[in-house]
Amino acid sequence: MRDDRPAGTGILVVTLLLAALLEVIPLPEAFNWVRPEWMLLVLVYWVLSLPRRVGVLWGFFVGLYMDVLTGTTLGQWGLGFSLGAFIMLLAYKRMRVFTVLQQCAVIFLLVGSVSLLAYLVQEAVGRTLYPPYTILYSSLASAIVWRPVCALLRWVQLRFIVR
Amino acid sequence: MSAPANPLYRLTIALVLSIIVMVLDQRTQWAAPVRYVLGALTAPVHYIAHLPVDSGQWLTEQAQSRSSLLEENRRLQRKSLILEQKVQRLAVLEAENVRLRELLNSSADLDANVLVAEIIGLDADPNRQELVINKGSGSQVVTGQAVLDAQGLIGQVVEAGPLSSRVLLLTDASHAMSVQVNRNGVRAVLAGTGQVGGLRLLYVPDTADIQEGDLLVSTGLGQRYPRGYPVATITRVRHHSGAAFAEISARPTARIDRASHVLLVQPSELPERKPQEVTDEG
Repeated sequence: MRDDRPAGTGILVVTLLLAALLEVIPLPEAFNWVRPEWMLLVLVYWVLSLPRRVGVLWGFFVGLYMDVLTGTTLGQWGLGFSLGAFIMLLAYKRMRVFTVLQQCAVIFLLVGSVSLLAYLVQEAVGRTLYPPYTILYSSLASAIVWRPVCALLRWVQLRFIVR
Repeated sequence: MSAPANPLYRLTIALVLSIIVMVLDQRTQWAAPVRYVLGALTAPVHYIAHLPVDSGQWLTEQAQSRSSLLEENRRLQRKSLILEQKVQRLAVLEAENVRLRELLNSSADLDANVLVAEIIGLDADPNRQELVINKGSGSQVVTGQAVLDAQGLIGQVVEAGPLSSRVLLLTDASHAMSVQVNRNGVRAVLAGTGQVGGLRLLYVPDTADIQEGDLLVSTGLGQRYPRGYPVATITRVRHHSGAAFAEISARPTARIDRASHVLLVQPSELPERKPQEVTDEG
């Protein structure tokens, strides 16, 4: 009989905190434009692999944490991340049969739209100064690192039994 | 595997919550406790992210040779001697200044109470000019406190968490403050541009006496910054025929991009003045 009880919540949180670390680790000015959205990637991985446990509300709270971490308007990433988690919940079965290239394209679009949503919120509160096309750089970087992140988290999930 | 239950329902909850939180954060102070509590959870991330820089500095210090340390020591002693000599003159000037102020019936304490903090994080978001320091409300840091380095003003505390605080830099696009030209006392509004080291003076008439190289000092108007600290130097003045205002750029005197430690000025130093009393007298 398969054991289906949830386990490994601690590991899940630790991976998210490591992603938070990567979000704020100091980098040269030029690299800040191509910093992948690590927390969103890790969140998306967990949504895809544990859709019944990690969902929209996880997205909301992870996004809220991201808001405090980066000092943005509270709820800006909360909104984006919960929407991102929702889209992934709708598409998780398809994502599993997609090819690598298709998956990367989906991640590119997802990170792009979540960042665009965050941009619109910033625009609404009057805090934007960067041209919106810079979102493309971080989305592209996220799509490129998606497979390695996926492989790493897959290993973590099997090694520490997160279900 | 069955599908997750009712994601649309939860999405609605999350969206409504997000919007409520955003409005509360923008329009009221009620979201501050949420930030404060979560701030205790984000501070360790900032501390750890700063570890590579810390350990790099430690290694450099450990690897320095005895002779270079002695050399540095000698250099610092010479510098300290020069500074002490300057301070002696300053004491006389300060006493004189206080006397003159008493004559003018106004009081201002020039001696500031300061707290030293270390910068543990820069904002990863390239369109925001903010940094994180390692002192929070546990060390009596409060929102609105002025932050300086040895050369001049850096910015102000906009968010004081329990263990760390967030400092808005002068160069952030949402920042503006009142300054005056040290040479002749012309007042103007100094605003950030969002670029590193980029400042500009707003709404300065074309005929105002402001030149390249002029030092701008804080006026203390607005009650956020203490008065009399150097803020910026003018780098370029451009006059456009036909335009109402001159285009003036400035550069902060503080070495914002190079500082590793900053000073926080205690707010008790700011003169307590209530606007009602002023109108009563007048």
